[in-house]
Amino acid sequence: MAQTKITRTSDLTFWQKLYIPEIIKGMKITIRQMFLPKFTRQYPEERWNPPASFRGRPVLVEENGKERCVACGLCSRVCPALAIEVQASETELNKERYPVKFEINMLRCIFCGLCEEACPEEAIVMSKEYELTFNNQEEAIFGKDKLLISKENLKERLEFLRQYR
Amino acid sequence: MVKIKINGNEYQADPSKTIIEAARENGISIPHFCWHPRLSVSGNCRMCLVEVEKSPKLVIACATKVADGMVINTKNERVEKAQNAVMEFILINHPLDCPICDEAGECKLQDYSYKYDKGVSRFEEEKVRKPKRVELGPNVMLDVERCIMCSRCVRFCDEIAGKPQLVFSNRGDHVELTTAPGEKLDTPYSMNVIELCPVGALTSRDFRFKARVWEMSSTESICRGCARGCNMNIWVRNNEILRLTPRLNPEVNDYWMCDNGRLNTFKYVNSDQRIKSPMITKDGEMVETSWEEGIAYLVHKIQNFKKNEIAGIGSPFATNEDNYVFAKFMKQIIGTPHVDFSRHIVEGEEDNLLIRNDKTPNTLGAFEAGVYPSEKGYNFQQILKAIESKELKCIYVLCDDIAVAPEVRDALSKVDFLIVHSPIKNTLTAIADIVFPTATYAEKNGTFTNFQGRVQRIRPAIATAEMDRSSDGMSLSRWDKFGAQNDKWTKGNKLDVRPTWRILSSIANTINPKFRYNSAEEIFNELSSTIDSFKGLSYLKIGSKGAFLNKKTINEKKSIKVS
Ligand code: SF4
Ligand code: SF4
Ligand code: SF4
Ligand code: SF4
Repeated sequence: MAQTKITRTSDLTFWQKLYIPEIIKGMKITIRQMFLPKFTRQYPEERWNPPASFRGRPVLVEENGKERCVACGLCSRVCPALAIEVQASETELNKERYPVKFEINMLRCIFCGLCEEACPEEAIVMSKEYELTFNNQEEAIFGKDKLLISKENLKERLEFLRQYR
Repeated sequence: MVKIKINGNEYQADPSKTIIEAARENGISIPHFCWHPRLSVSGNCRMCLVEVEKSPKLVIACATKVADGMVINTKNERVEKAQNAVMEFILINHPLDCPICDEAGECKLQDYSYKYDKGVSRFEEEKVRKPKRVELGPNVMLDVERCIMCSRCVRFCDEIAGKPQLVFSNRGDHVELTTAPGEKLDTPYSMNVIELCPVGALTSRDFRFKARVWEMSSTESICRGCARGCNMNIWVRNNEILRLTPRLNPEVNDYWMCDNGRLNTFKYVNSDQRIKSPMITKDGEMVETSWEEGIAYLVHKIQNFKKNEIAGIGSPFATNEDNYVFAKFMKQIIGTPHVDFSRHIVEGEEDNLLIRNDKTPNTLGAFEAGVYPSEKGYNFQQILKAIESKELKCIYVLCDDIAVAPEVRDALSKVDFLIVHSPIKNTLTAIADIVFPTATYAEKNGTFTNFQGRVQRIRPAIATAEMDRSSDGMSLSRWDKFGAQNDKWTKGNKLDVRPTWRILSSIANTINPKFRYNSAEEIFNELSSTIDSFKGLSYLKIGSKGAFLNKKTINEKKSIKVS
């Protein structure tokens, strides 16, 4: 096995070796913080509103009461975590196909945003929601009922995405 | 033979061949939409343009014959420019439909767009709009916008199916594929245009929107629709068969398959009528039981009969292996000479493309594997008569719903003890005393012998309780590969069914411990070493294209009588 030689970039100075002055320096920082404005948030009473670039849980865009999604399955294919399952079916609408079933397994999702990037219809986007709790594995599989969010409520994200098109 | 040069390398070529054929034979592919090895040359897509030295213009490789000393270039700058131009031209009016198009993933236009297109369009005008949901016939759907007017489908109907049912109407960019007024695309081979179509203009009405092609696994198998035994692929997602597509075998079915085979031979595998566990009749009612109890019950019951009171009816739907084990079990373990099977011939169905009168995949195989009466044994009709006269009291029937014929049903309902193997509930299982649920052709290994005497392999495409997708070497989709125990799609419906040979082996084993088989291949090896017509065959030799029985040794005396 190759040996790695560990060398110190610089030795401790005399004052550092004394130890006490370093402790005093640290205490100074701590005490100063006590008098500066506080950042602590009273969660969950006080909630954080993330910026538009934030990648919370992926959701489906709802437009005129219907999903935009055409069930092409590209998000499902690109998802590195195999979180998305789509089952297509035919619809009378112009878009011809729609997802009868659209499920995201939130235990699998890693919030990478690739689904959003792959979608040709801008039908799946990352929301601001970061609070996810479930009591069992079945509950973690979100169906269309939990995924559909109206376009109006996703305005910020959609506008953010437009900038980079 | 003439000498030609393609991309700097010299090749020998047959002067009757075109450039595209000569190149293909030497492993060089020239892009093309309208050319197809089995159809006449129409030369209308212009995708196969290549450069031939000393010829002023580029020529189409599909319609230019090779000549001695020809120097051909299939991928220099000039050719590439022409390919870019053809792609740009074809895409002018092609809709941006890939996300909703069933062809996506196996689309020539898509693939060529990656390979031969610049990826930009200079076309700013409105695309021409055409009808999108045209029902061309009972099985095929047309999206006129997606059609690139290659005319493959038109030529198929004229030249292969022998029914000129498709035509083009209008001109220029308003050309539309259509049927003659009042006509439908309804040849028994209509669905072949789906694979022929290089784009998603023609799609299957049955498979429409069911799955994306990359989500499925595909398994090489054989169609069970008739004695032709067309080579095909089984496409599976979430342990459910979604479609069958023909697999090239020039000696059996070429590129084709009939609509009946494609649509009507697999649905019973997915059906909710599948039998989920062994069942026995107690006090006139069918009750579920375990395999151990079922087998013990059968062995106990069968001992009440003399061996001459028992008869076995094999199945032309079962594999060679199943029939071989069955014949051996009946003749050696039970010791009865009465073994035969029922034929399923529909006169007048045959044509000169694929379809055969014999509606089963393995008539010849069942016969050759030993399912025929021994000396003084009864054939199928005689067995029925002997039941009426109370001479036969116990009948063992393999997977074949022979009871749909009322006279057979009447006879069989008089039997004291009726043993049935069946994958699915049917008229026969309704009158049975004991039923074992069997694996279908899509759930096991084995071989069928087609009417030509060609032995062909089937492989499991659907996982069962005893057969695991990843550990038993079955083909895997990406979902199968990476799914975990708790994913919905891996939990799928896995039936506790077993192949017939395994069931017979467990039954026989309780009577004679030496009668034991562990795999279909083991049975086949025994079969090929004991039966002359199978001599020299092995799974390896059969491979994916099949291998012939020893023609000379097919026993003429026993040869199949069409009754
Ligand atoms: S964010 Fe990433 S991991 Fe989550 S569903 Fe989308 S593609 Fe899959
Ligand atoms: S990529 Fe978009 S359109 Fe396609 S299935 Fe996913 S959400 Fe639907
Ligand atoms: S035919 Fe091919 S290129 Fe055209 S929409 Fe369908 S998949 Fe896309
Ligand atoms: S429908 Fe398909 S096969 Fe027929 S002409 Fe159009 S592109 Fe060619």
